[in-house]
Amino acid sequence: MTETAHMTSNRQAYLRTMMRQYAGIVLSLVALCVFFSLTNDRFLSVANFTNIFQQVAVIAITAFGMTWVILLGEIDLSVGSIIAVAGMVGAQIIGLGWGFAPALMLTLAAGAAMGLFNGVMTAKLLLPSFIVTVATMSIFRGLVSLPTGGAPAMNMDPTWIAIGANSFLGVPIIIWVVLVLFVVNHVALAHTTFGRKTYLTGGNREAALYSGINVDAMKIRIFMISGLMAAISGILLSSRLYSAQTNAGMSYELDAIAAAVLGGTSLSGGVGTMVGTLIGALIIGVLNNGMNMLSVPYFYQLIVKGLVILIAVYLDVRSKQRQG
Amino acid sequence: MAEADIVLHMTGVRKTFGPVVALSNMDLTVRAGRVHTILGENGAGKSTLMKILAGVQLPSAGEITLDGAPFYPVTPQEAAARGLAIVFQELSLCNNLSVAANILATREPTRMGFISDRKVTARARALVHELGLPIDVTAQVGDLSIAQRQLVEIAKGLSHDAKVVIFDEPTSSLSDNEAEILFGIIERLKAHGKAVIYISHRMEEIMRLSDDITVVRDGEYVDTVAREDTTIDALIAMMVGREMAEIYPPRIGDVPDTQATPALRVTGLTQTGAFEDISFEVRQGEILGFFGLIGSGRSEVMNALFGTSMARGTVEIDGEPVTIRSAAEAIEHGIGFVTENRKEQGLVLSHALRPNVSMAALPRFSVRGFVRSRAERREALSEVERLGIRTNSIETVTGTLSGGNQQKVVLAKWLATRPRILILDEPTRGVDVGAKFEIYRIIRQLASEGTAILMVSSELPEVLGLSDRVLIMSEGRVSQTAPRDTLTPERVMTFATGHVQ
Ligand SMILES: Nc1ncnc2c1ncn2[C@@H]1O[C@H](COP(=O)(O)OP(=O)(O)OP(=O)(O)O)[C@@H](O)[C@H]1O
Ligand SMILES: [Mg+2]
Repeated sequence: MTETAHMTSNRQAYLRTMMRQYAGIVLSLVALCVFFSLTNDRFLSVANFTNIFQQVAVIAITAFGMTWVILLGEIDLSVGSIIAVAGMVGAQIIGLGWGFAPALMLTLAAGAAMGLFNGVMTAKLLLPSFIVTVATMSIFRGLVSLPTGGAPAMNMDPTWIAIGANSFLGVPIIIWVVLVLFVVNHVALAHTTFGRKTYLTGGNREAALYSGINVDAMKIRIFMISGLMAAISGILLSSRLYSAQTNAGMSYELDAIAAAVLGGTSLSGGVGTMVGTLIGALIIGVLNNGMNMLSVPYFYQLIVKGLVILIAVYLDVRSKQRQG
Repeated sequence: MAEADIVLHMTGVRKTFGPVVALSNMDLTVRAGRVHTILGENGAGKSTLMKILAGVQLPSAGEITLDGAPFYPVTPQEAAARGLAIVFQELSLCNNLSVAANILATREPTRMGFISDRKVTARARALVHELGLPIDVTAQVGDLSIAQRQLVEIAKGLSHDAKVVIFDEPTSSLSDNEAEILFGIIERLKAHGKAVIYISHRMEEIMRLSDDITVVRDGEYVDTVAREDTTIDALIAMMVGREMAEIYPPRIGDVPDTQATPALRVTGLTQTGAFEDISFEVRQGEILGFFGLIGSGRSEVMNALFGTSMARGTVEIDGEPVTIRSAAEAIEHGIGFVTENRKEQGLVLSHALRPNVSMAALPRFSVRGFVRSRAERREALSEVERLGIRTNSIETVTGTLSGGNQQKVVLAKWLATRPRILILDEPTRGVDVGAKFEIYRIIRQLASEGTAILMVSSELPEVLGLSDRVLIMSEGRVSQTAPRDTLTPERVMTFATGHVQ
């Protein structure tokens, strides 16, 4: 049948584009791993990679949310602050003695509500999301300190702590959370009409509108997803730190944006994947981990990280240009 | 014709994009003081050839000389400096800037490094006046209609002196009046000894303007003929490789019953400043043509019907009054809208053909929120087949398709919604003759299956060739609605210009 012939050739073409799409960043990731394993013999071990995954979890999950936002052609700079608010909301509710499950639910709801606020301001008041989220980054960061006056909240629930400390089937729970969220976000983006509408709206807002896509509703929902992902990151972070810190998640928005962009997400919208973002987050994680093992001073780490981002994105853009 | 007249000469020009061969072997000889038309089907490689001359793309192989010297411009600036001017097929204007700023883009007059707005406006105004174009240079480009933007594009292309002037489908979105102005400009360029390269799919104007005509097929040079030595039929045969007997297919079945409830009835539709008191009805299976000059308000009426702009008045579908406030609601009521501006409202140019085809009909291609990619692929493949879209695969990025093929993708997208009422705004813009016939056939077919069709077109022959009835607009009002058989081109033009007593 000609149709099946068409389909297999389509699938092969699809696989080929996939390989090409990620060739640049996968190479960067491999190069980094090779470099660090040559300079440090403890780098290449199951234990260390588990460690990297755990460290990268917060950035990766935040970056999943950020990927949706950037795909739509918007930006969310408030995620770092949402991470801190989430931890604090959790700690306060635990402090009220309501127990783990209500604390978890209300924390997630708080994240979604903050995203809702960003989305409504952007969609309904027609303000650029850059401005809105610069403002809410500051507002949310201020809100964190309201309950404790700036001190960390230490009253954590044992189950809450267990998320960051325990393992399931030999794999840390944090890693399970990252993997499950990766699959959910990937499937939603690649296979649902919601994901499709995100790509279309980010690619050409006006054409999307003319095709019957409710662009405002898309914006609001996607900022809610971003808020929700940041809240989950906040829960994981406070769980690992046994406390809610008021400066938690500071500048994580930049790492999340970097992960998405390293993964091939275009800041002008419409192009990008969750697979790319996961690889992008891993690059950042490997870099942080490797440099820490080599005891590179923090300020050098910042410089190196910035340079690696520039080089990786440049290589990626250039390899895509050459393919035409 | 002496050799000395030769301004531009190219042989064996080839251009490939990865596996796609846009031009395989192209020859061209252009002489001073003559209009040289390039004719070929959608995707034949015409625009690619022009982009090579304009310094936008580099040829993969071949020889090009300009005034006898090798000519391989690497940037548009270099091509311009060597004496080449071009009016691009795809509008390349900045919507957020004024007309004047666009016309003089990158060549703004400055004083001590600062752009002088006053001088820009004055110089643009002088240029537009000299060309005789009816445009206001202080207007924002984003506020202009497609036709007006095309005029701005023409002014921009002609804003510097050149030996060779290229026009890539300049008339595809112009109505006859504006086109006449352009033809006047071309005559003057010719009289000044410029070489003009002209691309169009409108055979009548080609026969009127050209001195020489070169036919391209599948990226390959076929032949160059003098206008006196050929006919429209001969050219079409050379271009598509077969004879074409007719242009407008006849209607299938009977004219719909005038007593039946109209599929769409519009009464007193008014949008202040754009149109006033528009009333009409269309029945199932009927094709209602909308004719009018640029600025007569046709596209604005269609946008109001589709819910993408607001208007007062009543709209009834199948006898039921409805309020449509968004495109989503319009689509739910079974309305489809092939928009005039494919680049902005029609396509997501950065995405592949497949998601573009399905984008207005996602509910048809999904179950419980998941995209049924098999059904989607099948639809895209069958539309590619049905409309004869020239593409490597359905995963090809639409932005790389030729202009006419992009237009067909917009049509495919709305056909995929299976509309009961289909609004077509300039549906054959930039489409070649062979494909036009196919599109007309599909429109007829849809009508015979009961779709009510509103067709806006600036091409009078198209309106008269296809419509059952014609509504003529003039300055935002309906100046006449009449059955096709009672109309002649002259009568339509009198109503359209508003010169009726
Ligand atoms: N940047 C690109 N990448 C890939 N393919 C391209 C690119 N530009 C053009 N093509 C392909 O080259 C072929 C020729 O396109 P071109 O635009 O020159 O056609 P055309 O003759 O101008 O058609 P039309 O009459 O529709 O404007 C088409 O098949 C098109 O898809
Ligand atoms: Mg073209």
